[in-house]
Formats: sequence, C-alpha cells, structure tokens
Amino acid sequence: MKLNKKDLLGIKDISVEEINFILETADSFLEISTREIKKVPTLRGKTIINLFYEASTRTRTSFEIAAKRLSADTINISASTSSVAKGETLIDTARNLEAMNPDIIVIRHSAAGAPHLLASQVKQSIINAGDGAHEHPTQALLDMMTIKEKKGKINGLKIAIIGDIAHSRVARSNIYGLTKMGAQITVAGPATMLPRDIEQMGIKVYDKMQEAITGADVIMMLRIQLEREKQNIFPSLREYSQRFCLNRGNIALAKKDVIVMHPGPINRGVEISPDIADDLTQSVILDQVNKGVAVRMALLFLLAGGHE
Amino acid sequence: MKLLLKGARVIDPAQKIDSLTDILIQDGRIADLGKDIIKTDKAKSSTDIKLINLTGMIVTPGLIDMHTHLREPGFEYKETIASGCAAAVAGGFTSIACMPNTDPVNDNRSITEFIRRKAAEANMANVYPIGAISIGSKGSQLTEFWDLKDAGIIALSDDGRPVMDAALMRRALEYAHSLGLPVIQHCEDINLSAGGCMNEGYYSTILGLRGIPSIAEEAIIARDILIAEYTHTSVHIAHVSTAGSLRLIREAKKRNLKITAETAPHYFTLTDELLQGYDTNFKVNPPLRNAQDVAAIREGLMDGTIDAIACDHAPHARTDKEVEFEYAQNGISGLDTSLGLSFTLVNEGVLTLEKLVEKMSTNPARILNLPKGTLAPGSDADITVIDPQLKWTVDVKDFQSRGKNSPFNGRQCLGKAVMTIVGGEIKYAGASLKS
Amino acid sequence: MTRKKNTKTVMDKEGIDRCLTRIAYEILEKNKGTKDLVLVGIRTGGVYLAERLQKKISVIEEGEIPLGILDITLYRDDLSSAKRKPRLGKTKIPFSLDDKIVVLIDDVLFTGRTIRAAMDALIDFGRPKMIQLAVLIDRGHRELPIRADFVGKNLPSSLWQAVSVKLVEKNGADEVVIEEET
Repeated sequence: MKLNKKDLLGIKDISVEEINFILETADSFLEISTREIKKVPTLRGKTIINLFYEASTRTRTSFEIAAKRLSADTINISASTSSVAKGETLIDTARNLEAMNPDIIVIRHSAAGAPHLLASQVKQSIINAGDGAHEHPTQALLDMMTIKEKKGKINGLKIAIIGDIAHSRVARSNIYGLTKMGAQITVAGPATMLPRDIEQMGIKVYDKMQEAITGADVIMMLRIQLEREKQNIFPSLREYSQRFCLNRGNIALAKKDVIVMHPGPINRGVEISPDIADDLTQSVILDQVNKGVAVRMALLFLLAGGHE
Repeated sequence: MKLLLKGARVIDPAQKIDSLTDILIQDGRIADLGKDIIKTDKAKSSTDIKLINLTGMIVTPGLIDMHTHLREPGFEYKETIASGCAAAVAGGFTSIACMPNTDPVNDNRSITEFIRRKAAEANMANVYPIGAISIGSKGSQLTEFWDLKDAGIIALSDDGRPVMDAALMRRALEYAHSLGLPVIQHCEDINLSAGGCMNEGYYSTILGLRGIPSIAEEAIIARDILIAEYTHTSVHIAHVSTAGSLRLIREAKKRNLKITAETAPHYFTLTDELLQGYDTNFKVNPPLRNAQDVAAIREGLMDGTIDAIACDHAPHARTDKEVEFEYAQNGISGLDTSLGLSFTLVNEGVLTLEKLVEKMSTNPARILNLPKGTLAPGSDADITVIDPQLKWTVDVKDFQSRGKNSPFNGRQCLGKAVMTIVGGEIKYAGASLKS
Repeated sequence: MTRKKNTKTVMDKEGIDRCLTRIAYEILEKNKGTKDLVLVGIRTGGVYLAERLQKKISVIEEGEIPLGILDITLYRDDLSSAKRKPRLGKTKIPFSLDDKIVVLIDDVLFTGRTIRAAMDALIDFGRPKMIQLAVLIDRGHRELPIRADFVGKNLPSSLWQAVSVKLVEKNGADEVVIEEET
C-alpha cells in the first residue's frame, strides 16, 4: 500500500483505502509521542515549510511538532512576516521557496483553492492545512482517527455537525470523509449558515439542532467566527447560543455514549457549555489534538520523498 | 479594383437571402449581388477584378460583436485597440462595440475621440465606442449623453458594474431614449453578489467559494423591465446567464416591451461544474451557471428570446489570472473563439445558419442602430466568409488578442471564419485563402 | 509474467524448534539466568520467534521475562529512496530498557542494516546495560560490522537467492527456504 499522491489537497480526492492507510500509519505514530525521547530520525535532512497566510496557532504548532518528532527541519512563514505585504503573488512566493529545495510545503490560506494553485506550480508535495471555506483534510483525518478509536468504527455511526456549515472547511472535509467511511451525517445551523444545495453532499440538513443530534453517536460542534454577527449571518451571539449551544438539556437527545468533538478553539458558552466541554467522559476535544500530531506525522512520513 | 466573391452560399437574413450568389464589391460597397453577375472567364481576364472562388464557403454580412472590452486607454498590458481589432477580424468580426470601462472611463468626448482615432490607426475592424451612463461609471451622476453621441458613441452602458440606483436608471433610460441611444445594462445586484466569485449552488458549496446567486442578475432585469415599461423606453440586457432571466425577458417580449438581450458563448457552452480545479480561466461575471441554465440559454437562443450573441471579450494578462481564485479578475478573451463556439449551435441543430447570422450580425446592427448587418447593394462591403467544414483546435498561442485567458484552450471546433472583409478590404484571410 | 521460482527447504519444523530450544539455553547460560533480561523482537518475523523464545525460557526458568516489539521502519536508512513506503507497524516496549540486558531477535541476519536501525531505536528508549543479538538464520553478506551472539544456523547463500523464514503464525507452516528465480 502506498499513498500514490504528490499532494494532500482534500479528503474529496482520497479513497477509503487511502484514508484507512493513513489512519493505520498514524496509529503507529501515536506511541512516539509517549516516549521520553519523542523523536525518530525518519525525516532527517528533510525540510518542511509551514506557509501560513492565515493566523493559526494549533494547526501550525501541530504540524511543526509532527515534523520535529520526525527529525525534519521546519521553517514557519506567516503572512505578517512574508512578502505578502509587499505584494508578492503566491506563485512568486512558491517559486522562491521551490528554489530552496524544501521537501514538503504545508499551506494554510484564506482563499479556497490556494493549495491547488500552489500544487500546480511547484514540484514539492503540498499539504493543505486549511483553505478558505473549502477543506481542512488533516483535521478531518484526526477527527476520523478519534472517532475510530472511541467508537471502534465509523461505518454506521450517526454523526451530527452543528453550527456555521457555510463557512466551515472542517465541515466539508468531515462530510466527505465520514460519508465515504459509511457514517450517516446530519447537519444543523441557522438557515443563513447552511450553504446552498449542501444536502447534495449526501447528508440530512436541519435548521433545528435538536433534530440533528437526536440519536447521534458523535456530535461535532463548529466554531462560530464572532465577526459573522456583523455580516448579518445571525442577529446576535446571545440568540445563537440559545438555540445552537450544546448543553446538558439537549445532549440528552443523543445516544447515551455520545462523544462531543470541536476543532477548537472553543468559544465557551457559545457552541458548547463549559460543563460539557470539560466532561472527559463525553468531550474528546483533547484527544483530537493528540491525534492531530500523529496524523500529521503519518502524512509527512508518507509524502516526504519517494512517490512515483 | 473590384472584388468578385464567387460560388459561396450567401446568407443575409435582412434581405431574406440564402442561396448560391455572387457578390461584386466596388469602392468599399456592395455593388451587385446575383448569380453569375460576371462570368468566371471574363472576371479572370479582367485586370480590375480580383476573383475569389468561395465554393463550399458561407458568406454572411460582416459579424458584429456588440460587447467587447478593448482595455485601451489604461490597460494596454491586457489589450490594445489594435490587438483587439486584429483579434476581431481574425475571429470573423467586421465591427465591434467596446465598453467604456477603461481607465479613464469613456465618459467624455475626449476618450471617445481617442478610441476612434486609435481604431482608425489600427484600420482593421470598425470600432463603435459605448459611452458610460454615469461619470466614472460610479452610478451617481449622468454623463453628457448628447456630447458623447456627437463624439461618436453608439450606446450607453456602465458595463462591469450595474446601475444600482433605480432612479438614476430611470433618468438614463428617459434621457437616452430621447436621443435614440440604446442603453445596455449589466444586470447584477451588487448587494446580493457581494464577495461572490462563482455561481451559487452545489459547486460553490463544495468548493468553498462565495456564490453569486442567480437572483442577483434576475432582480435587476426584473426592475429594469419595469422601468422601461413605465417610461416607454427600451433597454438591452447584457450577458444573460440564467434560466430565470430568460423567463423574465420572454415574458416582457410577449407583452411587446422593447427589451432586447444578448448572451455569450460561454453561457451556452460551459457550466459551473468545470470550476472544480479552481482554473481561473473559468472565472467570469456573470458566473458560469448550472446545466439547467445552459439548457435555458440554448432554448432562449432558439425561440428568439435572446437576440444577439456577444462574447463579452475580456482579455487579461497572466498576472490577472495566475492568482488565488477569489483574487483573479473576471473575464474570458473571446473574439478569437466566439464564432467557432457559436457555430457549434448550428452543428448541433440549436440554430439554423440564418438564425446564427441574425444573432451575430443582423440583430446587433438593429439594436445599436448601425448601418450594418446586410449585404444589400449600396451597403458597406463588410463581409465574413466562413468555412463550415474547417476543423480546428483552439490554441491560445494563436490568439491575435493579447489576452490568452480562455477556458476553451484545446477545444475542437468545426467551422471558422476564413476571410474578413471590412469596407471592401480584405483584413483577414485564413491559410486556405491567403493567396 | 510470473517467473518460476526454484524453492529448496533447508530447515523444517523440528529443525526450527531445536534451534530455538538451543538458543534459549544459550541465552540463559550466557547471562547466568533471567536477571535483567528482556527480549525485543523485530517486526515481523522476529516477533514470533521472540514469543517462542519467551515461552521456552519460562519453561526452563521460573517466571515470564518481558517481551517488546520493535518496528524499525522509521530508523531505516533507505526511506528517502524507497518509492513505496513500507507499512508502518506498532512499536510496543512497555517497560524501561535502562540497565537491562536486551536480546534483540530477528529471523534472518543479512546485511546488518536492520540490526543497526534496531539498535538506534533501542537507544531512543533508554540505556541498556547490554544488547545481544539472536537470529534463526545467518546468511552472511554483512555490510556493517555486526555479529550475532546466538545463531540458529549459518546458511551460506548467494546474493541472488532469497532466504525466508516461514512461521505458522503468519505463513501457516514452519520452514526455512531458499528461493531463486529460474
């Protein structure tokens, strides 16, 4: 088995077999992070560039830790320190980076499709670390890994995704991945946060949260970008949290052994009530973070050097 | 020197001609039209007649593209009037109308005169400037329609942007109507389309790109139909792209309102599904719509709801397109491919040849009040010769336009302009007719 | 086209078992019992042999000695040139290696590169007092200065031959074969 790809741009483009292969590989990487010496020499001499056009602490940190535990050299380039301000185009930046012979470029960008543009222009492997409202494939992989560990499987599970679906790359990547793996997906959010024709992705769509989470094995809460209030996507945070915050009352509608996920960072009391977020019998939010490093190690390992 | 076009099938809807007819051209005008007006051997022996054998070819009144962007002044790195005109004649167009969204905007006499002078220097296609409705196309203050008309504009538009202010649109229609100037509206409610960069629907959802809903176009069309009806004026709807727009225009025409409409080849050829690779060559405004819309556009072409095909020629430089999708400029460089793509409608039985010529010559001339679009004796000798059997592949490297931004690169076409005659002069001859 | 293979069995079930029994005694003899002794099998062939040795040793001496599993993939020296990534298995060493006598176990000792990788990996887990090596087959052709402490059978082979140890646990039968393409 191999990951026969130069790049990882989205979950849409990868098969169930490839997802399983990545998750199995990631499973073997989990152990390294528990060692006293959390480092293997695998990617010694490889250079990985984290090209972040959008602020991100956890995703960037996770990629950086993953690379370092594999002994790769990492360079972080963030929008504020890069040439973006000077008006350099993405392609110019890419060609300059390419000339320095890195092995993998991890890119986060606010514009959907930016990783595709980059991948079409440079020979290096590109990993999409989130592009606009399009995809966030490593997040979906770590979510799938978490679900698989907690539930033993994905096939047949009922998974509810709640919140701002329209602006969420996490939602899209998870919808692709989880439906491929055989889960039944329901989504709910205010009508203004449900993008047009989303049901054509093979999911059930509700505008009431209660309907979506009834009988759910997994509830995935999405982060609300607070600035959406100003765009009239919803009238107020207060009203949003009254209808779409996961709390002790509505979580009772889900299965007894439901797990609660969130890609982070959480707006406590907006998406999830604090007592649920901190209840480690239900909340697996920190497991997600832990799996994130392993998934990213697996991808760096599988993509670095040597693909046909 | 006279020019004798012999043996072609001549199609001129204005005169209801569709027959094998010879055409004699003298002093830049159509001198005569008929079977064997001059015998071949006589023409051959005559020293002041140039005989062109066009057996198997189709001859039409010179094609007119009523919606182009020539980019000069201001954006010469994208296109110049000269390169745009070269693309026009290579694409079979003898006349083009150019939109005012240059820099500066064509909102005053000096810009109009500049465009006309540059076009005369280029000496290829006829160029008809369209003047801005509002100063700087900013949508607040009307331009001097009268003075612009004197300077040579043939229509008004703020194309690239809509006239969002309904009261301004009303005044523009009323004032222009009294001058006999057609008004062309770019229909887009910019509040509904704000931030959008492709058609809103399943594909914008999965691509994570902000969508432009069909209602952004339809809302302004509905509004402008109401204004035209109320003020007893006419309005021309540019680049129609949605099924809903077709419904509105069809209904208005049924009520005998003076509404005319155009569409562009990409709207009857491409769908939003093709944006999946984030190729910015597919980024255009209005955006490529879904398959139902494409079917509706074809139906509108068939039943006459759409009067004209205009390619919305929007040349761009590589740097305008080789960027993230949402930052890329809108537009397709269309003059080099418009006829080939439109001729597909004939090959597919959507349009008869006569209807195609109407939409690419007769009707644009009528809508813009141009003394063009016919081969009647005495009219300007603007003629397009089409080889209906010529198979060719679109290659942007062959474009005469500076804009190589085409989503059609590599597409196979059947049917191409092989000769373009403007005012009796051969401005373009394809390989088969070069000698 | 599938090439025909010439296969020759060089050791059978009983042969393998006798070798392992002898190695078990040798390990105990050399280390004077099981004090501080741990076994680490190298994935995949070495793991099954390590499990069998653990069982044999527990029969000879009282008590079960710790057994770890090591996947050396991440320590290989040919990863960047490998077109096809080897499947990564789990490493499980749930005990400290500090001051332990670690007996590494593999099925075939060949170039020595696997053992080099394994020793690097072990060092990342702690500081053993000593590392010893037990292999079922030593087929020669060393590319690194590595020697086994316990050898089941020395099997001189040619480079174009493949020596494989088949075990019930993964292949359904116990035998050692030499294969060569004809």
